[in-house]
Amino acid sequence: MTDIPQTGPADHSYALPPSYLGAGSTLKSWLLTTDHKRIGLLYLATITFFFFVGGVAATLMRMELITPAGDLVSADTYNRLFTLHGVIMVWFFLVPAIPATLGNFIMPLSIGARDVAFPRLNLLSWYLTAAGGALALVSLLMGGVDTGWTFYTPYSTLYSNSWVTLAAAGVFVAGFGTIATGLNFIVTVHTQRTQGMTWMRLPLFVWSIYATAIMMVLATPVLAIALLMVVAERLFNLGLFNPDQGGDPIIFQHIFWFYSHPAVYIMILPGMGVVTEVLTCFGRRRVFGYEAMVFAILGIAIFSFFVWGHHMFVSGQSTYASLIFSLLSFVVAVPSAIKVFNWSATLYGGHITFEASMLYALGFIGLFTLGGLTGLYLASIPIDVHVTDTYFIVAHFHYIMVGGMVSAFFAGLHYWWPKITGRTYSEGFARLAALLMFVGFNFTFFPQFILGYLGMPRRYWSYPPEFQILNIVSSFGALILAAAYLLPMIYLGLSLWRGRPAGNNPWKATGLEWATTSPPPRDNFDVRPVVNREPYSYHDDGSLPSNRDEHEENVNSQDSEGRGM
Amino acid sequence: MTQSHWLASASTQAESFDRLFLGLSIFSGLIILLVAALLIGFSIRFRSGSKATRHNVPGLHRREIEIGWIAATAFAALFIFWWATSLNLQFQEPPDGSIEIHVTAKQWMWKASHENGARELGTLHVPVGQPVKLYLESQDVIHSFFVPAFRLKQDVVPGRTIIAWFKATEPGTYELLCAEYCGTGHSRMRGEVVVMTPDDFARWLGDQSEGSTLVAAGRDLFTSVGCSGCHAPASAVHAPDLNGLYGREVPLADGRTITADAAYLRDSILLPRRDVVAGYEPIMPDFAKLLDEDEVEALVAYIRSLGDNDQ
Repeated sequence: MTDIPQTGPADHSYALPPSYLGAGSTLKSWLLTTDHKRIGLLYLATITFFFFVGGVAATLMRMELITPAGDLVSADTYNRLFTLHGVIMVWFFLVPAIPATLGNFIMPLSIGARDVAFPRLNLLSWYLTAAGGALALVSLLMGGVDTGWTFYTPYSTLYSNSWVTLAAAGVFVAGFGTIATGLNFIVTVHTQRTQGMTWMRLPLFVWSIYATAIMMVLATPVLAIALLMVVAERLFNLGLFNPDQGGDPIIFQHIFWFYSHPAVYIMILPGMGVVTEVLTCFGRRRVFGYEAMVFAILGIAIFSFFVWGHHMFVSGQSTYASLIFSLLSFVVAVPSAIKVFNWSATLYGGHITFEASMLYALGFIGLFTLGGLTGLYLASIPIDVHVTDTYFIVAHFHYIMVGGMVSAFFAGLHYWWPKITGRTYSEGFARLAALLMFVGFNFTFFPQFILGYLGMPRRYWSYPPEFQILNIVSSFGALILAAAYLLPMIYLGLSLWRGRPAGNNPWKATGLEWATTSPPPRDNFDVRPVVNREPYSYHDDGSLPSNRDEHEENVNSQDSEGRGM
Repeated sequence: MTQSHWLASASTQAESFDRLFLGLSIFSGLIILLVAALLIGFSIRFRSGSKATRHNVPGLHRREIEIGWIAATAFAALFIFWWATSLNLQFQEPPDGSIEIHVTAKQWMWKASHENGARELGTLHVPVGQPVKLYLESQDVIHSFFVPAFRLKQDVVPGRTIIAWFKATEPGTYELLCAEYCGTGHSRMRGEVVVMTPDDFARWLGDQSEGSTLVAAGRDLFTSVGCSGCHAPASAVHAPDLNGLYGREVPLADGRTITADAAYLRDSILLPRRDVVAGYEPIMPDFAKLLDEDEVEALVAYIRSLGDNDQ
C-alpha cells in the first residue's frame, strides 16, 4: 500500500477509464495535489508506514514477554518500545486512519461534492501530520522516549532523561493537522452537500465523520495545551506539576484525559460509520433505526467529553468525583448498545452475502461488543480499582482500538478499494485475512483479560512466573495477527499491479460514491447527482428487500437516465 | 509462600469484589450470546438465496423494539452502577481501631514503618482480621500500591498523603506490585505482604530492633531542625501551638477551614505558605529541601502524639 497506484499496465484489458490518477504520476504531482482523493492516498501511505513501525515495536514486546525474565532487550529499551508503540499507533495510525484516508477520499464523494471545502488546507493537514510523524521518528532514532504514550507527570517532566520534548513536539505538530482536518470536514458537510442531500439523508459514515470532526476540533487543542505544559516544564522548570514548587502532578492527568477520552471516540466512531455502510450493502437492507443511529453517534460524541475521570479512580480523586464519572460512563453504554442492536437488526430480512468486507464488519461487531462490555467492568469503581493499570486495560482498549477500529478500517478499505483504485482484489485471500485477523486477535488479547484479572500490571518488562503460560498464548496469537496484517499487503499490492477493472459499482451499493466512475474523475462527477430519497434504499419500494439482481437493473436504469436519483 | 497460580482472595474487599465481578461476567456472557445468536442466526436464515420469508418490521414495532432495548440497556447500566457504587461507598472509610502503617514509595522500592518504629523494606507484615490503614507517600514519581489478592490498588502521588485500607482475611504471603509506570525499574518494584495471625504479628513486631520509635525520632527532629524555636510553648515567636492540634478544625487566613490531619501537617511542613492559619504571619521557612520523606513522617507522627496526649 505504500506504492502509489499507477494508471495501469500497458495490457489493454487492464486499462482503467481516465481518472484522478491520470492527473500526473510525478512525485511533484502528488506532493502538490489539492485533490481530496490523492491526499487520502498520501495519508494511506503514511499511516501504512507508521502501522508497520508500531507493529514492529509490538512484535518485539510480545517476544520479550514470552519469558518472565527480562532477557531479550533491556528494561530501558522495553520502556521505549511500548512508548513508541503507543505514540505511533495512537497519533500516527489510529487517529488519522479512517477520517483522513477513507474520510478524505470517500466522504466528499458520498455527499456529492467535488472536493472538500478547503482543498489547500487539506494538503497542509497532511504535511503537518507527516512533519509531526517525522519528529516522532527522529526522537525514536535519537534514542526514544520512555514515558509511555500518556506522558504522565512528574515522571515525564522531572525524571525522564529521554527525548520527551521532541516526541511531544511531534504529537503537537500533528495535532494541528488533526484540527485542520476536523475543521475542513465540518465545513465540507455543512456547505458542500449536493442538491437534495438533506441532513437526514446523509449516510451514517458521513454522520460519523462529521461527529468525529467536531471532537477533533474541540479536544485536540486540549492535548496541545497538555503537551505544551510538559515541554515548558522541562525547558523552563515552571513547577506546574512539581509538588515541591506548589504544583500538582494530577492536574496533568485531568487535562490529558480530557483530550484522550474523546480521542478514543475519534478513533472508534468513524469505524462505526464504515461498518454501517458495509452491513447495509452486503445485507441488502436499509439500516435499522436510522434516526436512533444518528442520535447515538451524536450522543457518544457529546458524552465522551464528560467521562475522563474514569481513568483516574485510583489517582486519589474525590469519592464523589469518581461516583459521577462512573455514572456518566455507564450512560455512554446506552448509545453504544443501540448501535450494536441496530446493526444486528439490520440483518433481519436481508439477502446477506459474505464478502471479505462483510466478514471484517461482522468481526467488528463481535469484538466491539466484547470491548464495550468490558468497559462496564471499568466503569464499576471496585472492579476498576483492581484491574486498572493491568493487562485487563490493555486487552479492553485493544478490543476497541484494534479489534474494533482496525477491523473497521479493513472493512472500509476492502469495501471502497474498487472505487479508490478501480481494480478488484482476490476475494479468497481477503476472506482468509479477515478470518486470520479475527482468530489471531482473540488469541492475542483474550488471554490478557485473564492476565489482568490475575493482577499482571501493564508496562512490565519482567513479570512473576505464574503469568507465563497466558503470555505465551498471547504472543502466539500475535504471530497469527502479524501474518494476517501482512497478507493484505500482498493481495492488495497484486491488485494494484494486475487487478481487473472493477466497474463503477461492483457491490451494487447505493451511496453516491458509487454513482461515478471507478476510479472517479478529478472533479468526482461529470454532473453532480441529485438526491431524492433516503440512504440505504436497498429495497425497491421502501418496504420489501430486493436481492442484488433486481437491484442491478434498478441501478442500470438510473445510469441511462444520467443518474437522476 | 502460599502463592497459588490462581488469584487468591484474602481481604474483605476481595470477597465482595469477586461477587460483583462474577455477576458482571454472567451479564456480559449473556449479552455476547445474544448478539452472537442474532448475528449468526440472521446470517444463516437470511443468507442470499435462502427460502426464508422476508418482510419488513412494521413501523410501530420498529419503534417499540428500539425503545425496548434502549430502556433495557439503560436499566441494566443503572443497576450495575448501583451495585458497584454501593460496594465502593461501603469500603470507603477505614473503620475505627485500624492499625496504622506509613508506606513510602520511591524508585524502585517500597518502605514501610510501623507505629512502634519498626521499619521494613520491600515487605509489609500485617495481622489477619484487623483493619490496616496505610498512609501512602511518594518520594519521586507516581507509583501505585497494588496487592492483587486484596483487590486493592491506590496511586501514590508525590506531594500528597493518600490513605488506603484493607482487612486481610487469610494468613499467607501475597504479591505487592507497583502498578503505575515509574521508570526503568518499574517491573522490579515488587514486594510481599505477609499476613500473620495476631499473635505471630505481635511477636514479629516485638522482635524488630528496638531503635528509636517514630514518635521519639520526631521529637528529636523537632528540636534539631529548629521547629521548637518557634512552635515550643515558651517561644517568643508568634507561631501556632501544636499541642492538641491533630484532628482539630483549623481556621485559615483566607477564610477556609481545614482538618489538621496527617496530610495537612505534611503540607504545612513542606509548603508552609499554602494554608496559613488565621491570625499568623506567613513567616515559616520552607522545609522541603531540608527533610526527607522519612523525617517528615517522623515529625508528623510526633505532632500527632501531641494531639493524643494533650501534653
